[in-house]
Amino acid sequence: MLLFQTYIMPNHTLNINGKKIIVNVDNDTPLLWVLRDELNLVGTKFGCGIAQCGACTVHVNNVAVRSCSITVSSLNDESITTIEGLSDNGTHPVQEAWKEIDVPQCGYCQAGQIMTASAFLKENSSPTKDEIREAMQGNICRCASYNRIEKAIELAAKNS
Amino acid sequence: MMKSQKKSISFSRRNFLKTSVLASGGMLIGFNFLNACRPNAIVPIDISKLNFNDFNAFIKISQEGYVTIFSPNPEIGQGVKTSMPMIIAEELDVPWEKVSVSQGLYDPVNYQRQVAGGSQSIRFGWDALRQTGATAKQMLINAAALKWGEEPSSCYASQGIITNANGDSFGYGEVVKEAAVLEVPENVELKESKDYKIIGQDIKNVDIQKIITGKPLFGLDYVTEEMVYASVLRPPSFGKKLVSFDDQNSKKINGVVNVLKFGDKIAVLGTNTWAAMKGKKALICKWSSNTKLESTEDHNKELLKILNGNKFKVNREDGNIEKAFLNSDKNIERTYESPFLPHNCMEPMNFYANVTSDKVHLVGPIQTPAWTVSKISKLLDRKPEEIHLEMTRMGGGFGRRLYGDFAEEAAQISSLANKPVKVVFSREDDMAAGIYRPAIKYRIKASIKDGKITGYHLKEAAINGNMYGLIPNFFPAGCIPNYKVSTANYQSKITTGAWRAPYTNFLAFAEQSFFNELASELGKDHPSLIIELLQNVKGTKDERIQYSAERMEKTINLVVEKSNWGKSSEGIYQGFSAYYSHNTHVAEVADVEMVNGLPVVKKVTVAVDCGIVVNPLGAKNQVEGGVIDGIGHAMYGDFSFEEGTPQSVNFDTYRLIRMNETPQVSTYFVESDLSPTGLGEPGLPPAGGAVANAIKAATSKQLFKQPFVKELGFVESKILG
Repeated sequence: MLLFQTYIMPNHTLNINGKKIIVNVDNDTPLLWVLRDELNLVGTKFGCGIAQCGACTVHVNNVAVRSCSITVSSLNDESITTIEGLSDNGTHPVQEAWKEIDVPQCGYCQAGQIMTASAFLKENSSPTKDEIREAMQGNICRCASYNRIEKAIELAAKNS
Repeated sequence: MMKSQKKSISFSRRNFLKTSVLASGGMLIGFNFLNACRPNAIVPIDISKLNFNDFNAFIKISQEGYVTIFSPNPEIGQGVKTSMPMIIAEELDVPWEKVSVSQGLYDPVNYQRQVAGGSQSIRFGWDALRQTGATAKQMLINAAALKWGEEPSSCYASQGIITNANGDSFGYGEVVKEAAVLEVPENVELKESKDYKIIGQDIKNVDIQKIITGKPLFGLDYVTEEMVYASVLRPPSFGKKLVSFDDQNSKKINGVVNVLKFGDKIAVLGTNTWAAMKGKKALICKWSSNTKLESTEDHNKELLKILNGNKFKVNREDGNIEKAFLNSDKNIERTYESPFLPHNCMEPMNFYANVTSDKVHLVGPIQTPAWTVSKISKLLDRKPEEIHLEMTRMGGGFGRRLYGDFAEEAAQISSLANKPVKVVFSREDDMAAGIYRPAIKYRIKASIKDGKITGYHLKEAAINGNMYGLIPNFFPAGCIPNYKVSTANYQSKITTGAWRAPYTNFLAFAEQSFFNELASELGKDHPSLIIELLQNVKGTKDERIQYSAERMEKTINLVVEKSNWGKSSEGIYQGFSAYYSHNTHVAEVADVEMVNGLPVVKKVTVAVDCGIVVNPLGAKNQVEGGVIDGIGHAMYGDFSFEEGTPQSVNFDTYRLIRMNETPQVSTYFVESDLSPTGLGEPGLPPAGGAVANAIKAATSKQLFKQPFVKELGFVESKILG
């Protein structure tokens, strides 16, 4: 068997949930796997790896981004927020609304849904139903909790 | 058929409960959550010889009166982790605010017998869980009575407080020490449904806080210090075998630590998921096949050949169907076709295994732990006692996690690598190495004579296997004098299995589209025709009949009322469908509007009879999800093979319903005091038919094939839904 080759991997300084963090990974590593495997921030979920399902959504400079499709080397000083850093103890208005409406079924996609919804409400604080439905169409929920996601976003908009 | 909730149970409490005093002064009650919940479960040995390791669930009552229910029951998303403890708390009679529910994770000492229940959990658990709660309450009452020197019958417990005739009271926590050492009482009294305080209330998902803050809950979130990640390359086509492989490039990738061949698969092990996945992509393999590789076109031909032939198994036959067709005024025959479907749980398949010389430790999302342990025991030639399996929360199941192929892979790789290993499927792996809903075709023929349906013959041609034995006894069995169900299958190399509401997920569409056509032919209204037919089965002595005509009629009447059936405003086209499955009766009406020339499903009204609704908030979530999931797959779900190779392997080419395509779902429950039945599946089967019938009303186009977008000819349209 061939000996496994080892290379020096580059250091990357990231700004995650308000903290400067240095990670030592290959340049092409997607942010998703840095969060999950290096930093144990497992609230950000792996769903498709090609930015089609939204399970891995995080905020980069307050904008919703699919972390599976952004490489660690493309990030510098950007401020990254994951579900773990969205609020203290789940008190963001979107999270509160999720609790109030009792949105989740299996729950796997919900962190991504919440991250997309919270970034969207920052841009549009009083959206119409149709605007909500369009804004959320990049996030798949196989349990199809869509009706409740819609209601929760309406409630969060009302309360924030 | 359905048991009343007041009926007492035949098993003995002594056989499934054991109590103990906790070091902290509280009381611990051990019981078996699911396997002993089945009314016909046999408890293997004398309770006195058991220790607490033989129980898989516990109720802890602290000296402060707080109740913790430790449940090993895995949560797939159907809400049983909330609803089942609600049933215990109801009979224990404690305020829900004092109850917390804890998943018995990562506790190999306390949780040895974990059994997942699937959609039957509530139905099987109902009696046993109430008995458990009521028995614990009686023990607390007995302890209080003993302290007071009174008869237990003169004492009363409610909301965590025991009161006697003099008005003295004890909180539960004040008598737990005494209660824990008392004999377990027999024949405890259960509440009447009118006295319920928790059952029937809207209770929120017990894991909601963890879910919305991103806490580790799922299999994919499980990690250990020494673990490596494995990405597995499997044959690219069903029917292909591995000839040779070159892993030089894989081994050059940072973080790749090992490459292992097992069977026709190759595992690339890495210190992180990304390295393992990159390593897999860098493998160069040669594959071969010495058999014909199957394509969707072949399946279509084979299944049609079956339908056109006469080699069928007869599953049920009433009267004389051939005579009915000969003597009729008119016969109508239609064929309905469905593709294979992948499950696409949002959490891709994954499993952790650590195989060492003294034990096998497995952790992950699985619905069938006992079956998986027995398979791995054979695979690794290890005693079942050496294998310990822990279940995590599951990011969806839909049937896929009944099969432990991914756990077997993890065990094999860990055994070869001598390391703890976590197998992680990519989405492509998940969709390409599926255990799919099989492609099925139905042909239904009916005869009409003097304005009545006199004959009904359903033929099923399916891949790999046929409908399970109860289905031929669903509606319209018993309603039509000459009735026949015949089945035949084609054996394929494509792996197939259960998919949310197996068989009925497509059969319901075929049947209810057909009845809609029959109703038009007879000049009748679809729901009225079904109700008319149901009259024929009322009072039947045929014990094979699965559904209840009375319950179905009530359900249909409720949906007709709530949906404004037949009275909808201009521009709204309605379609009706009713179906019984998984012990639950459901009727749905879809409202379709034409937008820019395309039919758009705006609303679905649903009526459900699932007996007592334990948790309406959770129950409605299940129904809403089932309906939208059913519409999504009927509308868009398409999955085909070319030469054994799946043609779509990720969400860029495989379409799942999205939020901008979803209708509003309004759910109504039929009032009932009968035992609760499952809700994870029954909302789904009628949805496709309701939508197809509404599209027919809007466009005059009758749909016969799924996915509908393909048959309607606007595959690319994003607007439909």
